[in-house]
Amino acid sequence: MRQVFSKPENFRMYWKETMRQMNDIGIGSLIIVILISTFMGAVMAVQISYQLGGQLIPRYYVGYLVRDITIIELAPTITCLVLAGKVGSNMAAEIGGMRQKEHIDAMEIMGVNTSAFLVMPKIFASVSVVPLLVAVAALVSILGAFIAAVPTGLFTGAEYVEGIRAFFEPWNVFMMFVKAFVFGFILAAISCYQGYFVSGGSIELGKASTTAVVMSNIAILIADYVIAVVLTS
Amino acid sequence: MIRAEHISKSFGDQKVLEDINLTFEVGKTNLIIGRSGAGKTVLLKILVGLYPPTSGIIWYDDVNFTALDKKRIRDIRMKVGMLFQGTALFDSMTIEENVRFPMDMFTNKTAKEKLDRVNYCLERVNLKDVLKKFPSQLSGGMQKRVGIARAIVLEPKYLFCDEPNSGLDPKTSLVIDELIHDITVEKNITTIINTHDMNSVMEIGDKIALLHDGRLAWEGNKEEVLTSKNEILQSFVFASPFLQKVRDLHVE
Repeated sequence: MRQVFSKPENFRMYWKETMRQMNDIGIGSLIIVILISTFMGAVMAVQISYQLGGQLIPRYYVGYLVRDITIIELAPTITCLVLAGKVGSNMAAEIGGMRQKEHIDAMEIMGVNTSAFLVMPKIFASVSVVPLLVAVAALVSILGAFIAAVPTGLFTGAEYVEGIRAFFEPWNVFMMFVKAFVFGFILAAISCYQGYFVSGGSIELGKASTTAVVMSNIAILIADYVIAVVLTS
Repeated sequence: MIRAEHISKSFGDQKVLEDINLTFEVGKTNLIIGRSGAGKTVLLKILVGLYPPTSGIIWYDDVNFTALDKKRIRDIRMKVGMLFQGTALFDSMTIEENVRFPMDMFTNKTAKEKLDRVNYCLERVNLKDVLKKFPSQLSGGMQKRVGIARAIVLEPKYLFCDEPNSGLDPKTSLVIDELIHDITVEKNITTIINTHDMNSVMEIGDKIALLHDGRLAWEGNKEEVLTSKNEILQSFVFASPFLQKVRDLHVE
């Protein structure tokens, strides 16, 4: 890890690589994040309405619950689990492919600190772009709930907006960004590690990609629990 | 000059190199030859520092390369160029970006200076109109030449070539051999080539080291190959009856 965060040989090259990674992670994942978040919000609104139906709980509570569940848990966790599959496997395959084609050896012999040049931009890009994607996911999920439930008459637009505005805790948004930052680091670091140390042929590369996704998912879920305990106690 | 002193290398229980002592001279094409599995690639990777030796010392001129920390190894490596067996050109970059990469990383040259240098290096390896192409759009021989252009772009003091002729036809192999030899003499650099191509041995072998089962079996030059009585060398270089006849005719 010390090697990864050592001083770059050339800031401009690292900056260029970081921008490329930010584009790949951010723009490249935007559609899938929007799609998943829309349905996540829609399903939540329908199911919460179903659960609370016929009880003495006001209907605007649906909006309040959708908002908080999205912000605290589903937007950061589901988005990052999906990103671990999409972005993490891509990182592991990219670096692993470079290892197998001797690109990493070639860079080493040129004098490049490959662990820094190949890993640091990915980690920086991930920890800066993943929180933005999570914020987009939260927003789209809340809109998705509105789109799915209001036209079908589960509750009115006014009730939903009242719920969205009720009992708002800015701390929850902070918690969402902490989770997004930590998960972004986890998925990039684990995936790069799996790719960097791959050996063998295409079967091993496939296994490394799969391991990167599985390990990232497990680490994200463990980190989710730890952050929840620490930030809510 | 690069010197290997008592180099041994084991992977677990398997001994790959044993007590190799070799000196690779400046301004000469130094060839490491041997059968597949003899330890050539491992020796080359030890020489460039990709593998640490189990024991022994590598000297780059008067610097003990094996005792250096990572930062000082990188300083030395900036004087090293290497042509890989599979060329190791970056697929997602154009030829211009590939050749320019070491300059982008380590120099403060202007864009024009870099482009001029890229053009010079590509011309030096007889390539034209390839700047905007990608490696996959070039033939194997052209890719090797781009690999050489990238290896010499920072004017290295030491040039390593791992099987530069593998996968090439005999004529293209000769072109690559001549190119490496000419650059070595012209720039007065220490060139080490790992090969089992007999044309290379007889054409550009200023100094030849034969590895056999991880040991140094023979040392000499291309003229001495013909007259040497070393059985391992003779059975390796003149493996076919046709080559044996050629040797006999030449000696007569």
